Amino acid sequence: MTTSQHEISDEIAKIQADSPRGAPLLDFPPYRSSLLRHPTKELRHADPEGVELVAPVFGPSDVAPVEADLTVQRGGEPIGERIRVHGRVVDGDGRPVRRQLVEIWQANAAGRYSHQGDQHPAPLDPNFTGVGRCLTDDDGWYTFTTIKPGPYPWRNHHNAWRPAHIHFSLFGTDFTQRLITQMYFPGDQLLALDPIAQSISDPAALQRLTASYDHSLSEHEWLLGYRWDIVLTGSHATHMEASDD
Amino acid sequence: MTDAAPGQTIGPFFHHALAYPGDSELVPFGAAGSVVLHGHVYDGAGTPVPDAMIEIRQADAEGVVPAVEGSLRRRGAAFTGWGRCCTDTSGRYWFSTVEPGGATPFFAVTVFARGLLDRLFTRIYLPDGADTVDGLVAEREADGRLRFDIHLQGENETVFFSFPRHRS
Repeated sequence: MTTSQHEISDEIAKIQADSPRGAPLLDFPPYRSSLLRHPTKELRHADPEGVELVAPVFGPSDVAPVEADLTVQRGGEPIGERIRVHGRVVDGDGRPVRRQLVEIWQANAAGRYSHQGDQHPAPLDPNFTGVGRCLTDDDGWYTFTTIKPGPYPWRNHHNAWRPAHIHFSLFGTDFTQRLITQMYFPGDQLLALDPIAQSISDPAALQRLTASYDHSLSEHEWLLGYRWDIVLTGSHATHMEASDD
Repeated sequence: MTDAAPGQTIGPFFHHALAYPGDSELVPFGAAGSVVLHGHVYDGAGTPVPDAMIEIRQADAEGVVPAVEGSLRRRGAAFTGWGRCCTDTSGRYWFSTVEPGGATPFFAVTVFARGLLDRLFTRIYLPDGADTVDGLVAEREADGRLRFDIHLQGENETVFFSFPRHRS
């Protein structure tokens, strides 16, 4: 592992010059783990069938409201900068994605996951699991209270650091709207160096993964607020069906 | 149509967040009428992928797609038609479920993995169903289990789908 950040950044720049696309490039060698794990064949275009046109249903029996607050799960205060992340989930036609499951996971303030596979020598926080769930409300809104995650090193290349991020897992109204992605923080200098973020070659598309600081969400002597809205892909449901909901 | 948020890899550290007790048991293991759907996830070198996650969505035995909650806290109650399985250290996934009925019985599948920059969609068809797609039919094993391996890359690369109104 002697590849430098400079070499990786050069590889990223060369690929992006030829690939003005929005979606992540599945074949993206600067992210070394993708080499043997990206499909090489064209995706087969298909019309979704019955089971793919509806998402699984989640409800109050699945998720307790307290699961949306990652700062109260262990009976003590986690260490770090307390934040709230708030936003709206809509589909490609702007319709709210209602009562659907949003799951998040993240590193702690020191950049370490509460996961046995994470051996980064930063402290674990006994009061922070970094795991949360909630359901969107009737207008598509979600809210999490958590701790700002730290950046952390990884072994993709020499001196590789992941930008601070929160992993998001989302369900839409169709099974085919399933999305797992990562929310980034504004002004993070590591974003431009990161092969995972830069697998999205269109800067506007990457911008859609970056939250904005929102002072109206911040609370006096308590926490800082970030706003992050999420657009899923288009639903196959018609407007008629949606308006009956 | 508004531009959608791009996907990103699930990364290596998802297990403690996304796995939960009973996630891959749509019906209890060994229940009457149940079937085991299992297989391995492989990379382009044929090496099992221990940090993948598979989700399935399916109709019930009568072909009805369920619209009931309870997938995260099943408590042996309703069949919800959805399940999740993180691959184990040998790259294996398994579900305990029922065989879907109806006109086009298949399991709708989403594939996530470290190293895979966005999720993939595929289908697993039943071996005795009509209207299947080549390469996407489960093998019926002698003991009745259904086996389907997922190859992210390589000679036996799985057929993955994109759908209209969705980015590739």
